[in-house]
Amino acid sequence: MTPPVAHATRRPDGAALVITAGLCALGAVLLWDAGRLPEATGYSGMGPADAPRLIGFGLIGLGIWTLIDGFRSEPEDPPHQHPMPVLWIVAGLGAQLVLLSTIGFSIGTGILFACTARAFGYRKLLMSFPIGVAFSLLVFGIFDGLLKLNLPGGPLETLIYGG
Amino acid sequence: MTTFDYLMQGFAVAADPMILLYALIGVTLGTAVGVLPGIGPALTVALLLPVTYGLDPAGSLIMFAGIYYGGMYGGSTTSILLNTPGESASIVTALEGNKMARKGRGGPALATAAIGSFVAGSIATLMLAFLAPQVVKLALVFGPREYFALMVLAFVTVSAAFGDSTRKGLVSLFLGLALAMVGIDSLTGQTRLSFGVPQLLDGIEVTTLAVAMFALGEALFIASQGDKAPETVQAIKGSVWMTREDWKRSWKPWLRGTAFGFPIGAMPAGGAEIGTFLSYATEKRLSRHPEEFGHGAIEGVAGPEAANNASAAGTLVPLLTLGLPTSATAAIMLAGFQQFGLQPGPLLFATNPELVWGLISSLLIANVMLVILNLPLIGLWVKLLTIPRHWLYAGILLFATLGTIGANPSPVELGMLMIFGVLGYGMRLYGYPIAPIVVGLILGPMAEQQLRRALAIAQGDVTTLVQSPVAAVLLAIAAVALILPLVLRARGKGNVLSQMAADED
Repeated sequence: MTPPVAHATRRPDGAALVITAGLCALGAVLLWDAGRLPEATGYSGMGPADAPRLIGFGLIGLGIWTLIDGFRSEPEDPPHQHPMPVLWIVAGLGAQLVLLSTIGFSIGTGILFACTARAFGYRKLLMSFPIGVAFSLLVFGIFDGLLKLNLPGGPLETLIYGG
Repeated sequence: MTTFDYLMQGFAVAADPMILLYALIGVTLGTAVGVLPGIGPALTVALLLPVTYGLDPAGSLIMFAGIYYGGMYGGSTTSILLNTPGESASIVTALEGNKMARKGRGGPALATAAIGSFVAGSIATLMLAFLAPQVVKLALVFGPREYFALMVLAFVTVSAAFGDSTRKGLVSLFLGLALAMVGIDSLTGQTRLSFGVPQLLDGIEVTTLAVAMFALGEALFIASQGDKAPETVQAIKGSVWMTREDWKRSWKPWLRGTAFGFPIGAMPAGGAEIGTFLSYATEKRLSRHPEEFGHGAIEGVAGPEAANNASAAGTLVPLLTLGLPTSATAAIMLAGFQQFGLQPGPLLFATNPELVWGLISSLLIANVMLVILNLPLIGLWVKLLTIPRHWLYAGILLFATLGTIGANPSPVELGMLMIFGVLGYGMRLYGYPIAPIVVGLILGPMAEQQLRRALAIAQGDVTTLVQSPVAAVLLAIAAVALILPLVLRARGKGNVLSQMAADED
């Protein structure tokens, strides 16, 4: 299979370079970690370090393969991306992560709920946040109370469902 | 005892009122979530796993099986009325089913899908019941090297054999394998890749990864597409019931679809898609109305839907008898078993027969419940399709994080959820399949253990891996499944393979 001439002069696409770098870095981490493990191979001749080492080399190999493919074939154009909605969701997840243990499940998840609705084009945060908190409280009641899931409560949960 | 006795014993377990209630809750939840646009069975199962955390093993697994079957039924409703298949196995259903709905024949389309799913699901579950003990007998002679070879085969078929790029499938698989290395090595107690973080010692939860990949990745991807005109839901006009003509044109495709779907699901060959495509092609060839195909042919809904459900039951064969998940959905179900310390496999049939046969019997009962739940109540499920997107995804993210928080409310776990979510988004963006990473994470440690055991038995002699005929044949098939698609694609014949891409369930 010979690529058309135009490809010879084309730069590789950036995505392939990033993916290659990521795969090689991850492979290197596995190899480095395997390096500090003892060679306790026992009867099998295969210790705890060998599988990670194999996978590490595999990842680096796949990284190189990705790079070669990046030079040889058409760059793949993913559909046009809007970064803002993605950031809204990630911000919502981050807020929930940071606040969960202090303000409890319902308020933290309410923030995530409102941020996600915002990402999908619903701008009225003053509506979506209370709805999210109320919905999370209901879910908290069902899962923590009835289904015996251990969810982190905060002041609001203590107020409503008791301590 | 014969399979029949076992099944009777299973029905005795399943007929317990509490168990019936769990099954009913499972199928209802499964249908409700599965019907939501963009949610396939894999995500349904991953999202609803936390619901079962507090229950006893039998009730929880039976509810879980109901969720799985319910998700399959719900998915077909979405694809017929909305033309956005929630799962790749429903693509074909959407092809003909949505056309039928547009012509005002949505009712019969839904009916043939539901009854076809029922027929196929019931036959395939019975086949599962009769086949499973045979496979268990076979599995008892399997040693570590045969298991290792089987897992290698599963790795190859899930990642490399289908889809549009061997490389992308393998990248996804190796990411999963790398994540699988995190935690304590089960044979020596050494900690690997945990960097002094105590939460990482237990390894990475399959459910965290699956929920992040399927729910967060999908939500981020859809959000990043910006505002799009919402898909129109086809209203169901006229009767839900099928005419005599519809029945006449449906029953053979149901049976043929089952015959395609079950063996493909039962082989470690990945997704249900292949069966649906084969069934569609066959129906198109055999139909007396080939001109209707592409414009809403009922055979084109009946056959593939049956194949889809039959192969879902088929994937339970390797899962229950060998502990081998061959799809992302099955991988998450395996995680569900493991949360109770149950390891599916030949031993489970010996040590816990009530559980296994109760589960199989419940699947038959769940099927009956589903057909009752789906036909008369279809209007209710259709309402769910009209939930505005922003509330829908806000709710999905709530439940996605709920599972992780419920299992382990630590910032580290939520951080992983977030990172994997972004990774899943990136993988979706560049066309990397999701199933291999999930299967790699759950099968990776098992494959490593079997490999090390096999080598220990042979005192470190690597050739032992190919000295048993079974293992050698399995590894040879794996090698062919890896190399053949590469050759086909290099010769420009890859189209067939990418059509069979197994990307979701």
